[in-house]
Amino acid sequence: MLIHTRELVKLYRMGDGEVRALDGVSVDIERGEFVAVMGPSGSGKSTFMNVLGCLDRPTSGEYVLDDKRVSEMAPDRLAAVRNRHVGFVFQHFNLLARTSALENVELPLVYAGVAKKVRLRNAMDMLERVGLGERAGHHPAQLSGGQQQRVAIARALVTQPLLILADEPTGALDSRTSLEIMRLFQELNRQGMTVVLVTHEADVARYARRLLHFLDGRVVEDERNEALAA
Amino acid sequence: MRIGALLRIALRALAVNKLRSALTMLGIIIGVGAVIVMIAVGAGAQARVEEQIRALGSNLLLVMPGATTAGGVRMGFGSASTLSEEDVAGINREIPEALAAPALRGSAQVVWGNANWSTVIFGVTPEYLDVRQWPLAAGRSFEPAEMAAAAKVCLIGATVAKQLFGSADPLDQSIRIKRVPFTVIGVLEVKGQSLMGTDQDDLILMPIKTARSRVLGSASAAKQRSVGTIWVKVADGIDTRHIEEQVRSLLRQRHRLQPGADDDFSLRNLQEVMAAQEASSRVLALLLAAVASVSLLVGGIGIMNIMLVSVTERTREIGLRMAVGARTRDILGQFLVEAVTLSLIGGLIGVVLGIAASLAIGNYFGWRIVLSGQAVGLAVAFAFVIGVFFGFYPARKAARLNPVEALRFE
Repeated sequence: MLIHTRELVKLYRMGDGEVRALDGVSVDIERGEFVAVMGPSGSGKSTFMNVLGCLDRPTSGEYVLDDKRVSEMAPDRLAAVRNRHVGFVFQHFNLLARTSALENVELPLVYAGVAKKVRLRNAMDMLERVGLGERAGHHPAQLSGGQQQRVAIARALVTQPLLILADEPTGALDSRTSLEIMRLFQELNRQGMTVVLVTHEADVARYARRLLHFLDGRVVEDERNEALAA
Repeated sequence: MRIGALLRIALRALAVNKLRSALTMLGIIIGVGAVIVMIAVGAGAQARVEEQIRALGSNLLLVMPGATTAGGVRMGFGSASTLSEEDVAGINREIPEALAAPALRGSAQVVWGNANWSTVIFGVTPEYLDVRQWPLAAGRSFEPAEMAAAAKVCLIGATVAKQLFGSADPLDQSIRIKRVPFTVIGVLEVKGQSLMGTDQDDLILMPIKTARSRVLGSASAAKQRSVGTIWVKVADGIDTRHIEEQVRSLLRQRHRLQPGADDDFSLRNLQEVMAAQEASSRVLALLLAAVASVSLLVGGIGIMNIMLVSVTERTREIGLRMAVGARTRDILGQFLVEAVTLSLIGGLIGVVLGIAASLAIGNYFGWRIVLSGQAVGLAVAFAFVIGVFFGFYPARKAARLNPVEALRFE
């Protein structure tokens, strides 16, 4: 089992009161799954992603990632887990401006302490894998939205993580480019990568083989749909 | 993460906002430059004082007569004439490491042709020139026969020569001092201002006997052999304080003072006076440097300000770096290195400009400038410390950001 959560609770202080962003979430995800997390805004799906990605710690409950109890780790250990085991893809790409595609992809390896030569070779391999080998020297401003998101995906893959977490990865793209990006995720999943993506678009979610519906901080529906994946 | 990688990130970030980086550095450039200029000027002034001390002769003791008491009114030092030529001879005889020379002081109007000038007259012995380490620019010193015969010959200071003779040659000319004709047998070299700012070259030297009988006109028989002051030069390498004590006890003995009685003379060790002078010029130099370092401090505040802006602007970048695995210390290091890079580059430019400005000031005002590697090193080290100190708070602020909130920051 790759991801194992039990009774995850996340409380936010909002003025005088508290908001229960997560209200007892227990989900297991196996290696190689393709999961779409859906729900209206404020349903807790983003908070769930942040906890899965070790960006945020649950107020209570248990989170085990690859047999490690992540929910009790100190911030710097969490940073190491994010570095090695989690690849993030964001809605707005979050590439470093005025920095080449290659250097953007290389970034996680810099923090992993990988030697420069190895870094550049691995980063180049990843760019080729997402079909941008000949754009390695381009800066984000010189790339289209779809190309920028591919660079971001290459960056997420470069450390060979256990899972890819994508937060509305097609939110800033037109429908044709969205299609390309989703096909890329599908392809990665077919090669064995675990993919968890957050979306509120049913069109996007249908590429996944499992749908988690969130409402008011709880999973209200856990739907396996092999047929949709076809 | 290695320092090289951090440095590259820092340089790139600084290059993105070139104008802003340059303006931020300007504060440090001005600060470091000012520190270097001030230290150079201060050290130059100090060196000048030391030079004056050397010119005056730091191994000098000055003996002045004690105070008289007239009807309960105590006069100042020098009002009594307790020192005599026998005291001078006694010192020269008893203390081989010391060379004593008397001086009898007065003032007079001097005339040559239709020029006249008011100056100070000193009745001295030939040893006076040795003791004051004062060579002649032209002519000769007094001869023993002239000393014995109270000959009407004199040596004139450079200022007197200029005021009376202008460009004419004063040697062998006859001048009138208090209406007595004197022959100028020599001109003293320029000695410049004393530490107290008086012109040391505005004087006339003549044999002490001549001064006493012809110019200063003290007829009293009791004062026949008295002298105004005694200069004592201590041989090189001998502790002046040691000789000071010897001179003191010799004079007390000669004047038959009871143990416990006050000295009837005053003895000054010029080396100690000079040391005080030197200390005050050092304080001045330090003060200048301190004032200059205030501007360095202001430069540091400028760095902090711009780093805080930069951290806010790059919140999303910080969030992303954290998401891909940057630890707290990576982010802290990144911004700290950026601040230190700003301050160090500024510091190095400041060093170059500071040295250039120091040389320019030295040239333009004719001031003595002393540049030292130590001062340069100090200024650069100070710039580095400023960078670390003022960079730390913004860097810590960046490192403490919550990654979730940082990524969501608009």
